[in-house]
Amino acid sequence: MDIDPFGNHAKALSLRTQRNELLANNLANADTPGYKARDIDFRAAMRAAETGGGNLRMATTDAQHIPTSPGRAPGLDPAVAYRIPLQPSVDGNTVEADVEQANYAENVMGYQASLMFINRKIRGLTLAIRGGS
Amino acid sequence: MSLNKVFGIAGSAMAAQSTRLNTTASNLANADSASGDASKVYRARQPVFQSVPDFGAALNNESANFGVRVRSIVESQAPLTQRYQPEHPEADENGNVYVSNVNTVEEMVNMLSASRSYQSSVEIMTTTRDLLAQTLRMGES
Repeated sequence: MDIDPFGNHAKALSLRTQRNELLANNLANADTPGYKARDIDFRAAMRAAETGGGNLRMATTDAQHIPTSPGRAPGLDPAVAYRIPLQPSVDGNTVEADVEQANYAENVMGYQASLMFINRKIRGLTLAIRGGS
Repeated sequence: MSLNKVFGIAGSAMAAQSTRLNTTASNLANADSASGDASKVYRARQPVFQSVPDFGAALNNESANFGVRVRSIVESQAPLTQRYQPEHPEADENGNVYVSNVNTVEEMVNMLSASRSYQSSVEIMTTTRDLLAQTLRMGES
């Protein structure tokens, strides 16, 4: 039996939320001098979340070692990177409103897609529980 | 880290852009104001934006910015226009008046840019609200 019926979509929703915030911040600072646009590499973050490699923990090789707590949800610590601007501006701002808006739209679509997968899964499970009636 | 934070970010952007719209309106209203004393003439004002660091989030290694704010409002140091107009009530002893250094074209461009940025913030808020509503309805249908 599948333990996590929603697969990676729960993690995807969390990452999409975080990316949504970053992109909103970029757009909010579209006119701030010296502001550097930031984003997450979603593919890399998702891969890290799948393999659990996004959260580095110290290994405990002895019984007396104190295990370090991850502190946060496992595998959801994406590396935030600065965007490389297509057309750098004189005031040091690297936000390109059109690029950010395109990314924002893509991110929202991804969020809604994950949400739809989860909803359909719930519907399927409900159907199975009720025995198809 | 939640969708709610986006409302704060977009809201701060809207507040900053409306300050910019306000200064633009003030500049345009005073574009023709003149005085015989160069130090008393209205000078074009511009807000300077600054991103707001979110210290709580920075401690948790989350995204360390939380919107934008107006750091200060600076006055333009562009030269004033000197005009010989002895019949002007404010004219100095040589018959000169100084007119404000507001550049109307620049201000119109500023106004357009500010309103576009404001609109995109509104759009972000609307989209995020929809996402939140959909998330709340998860598993209902």
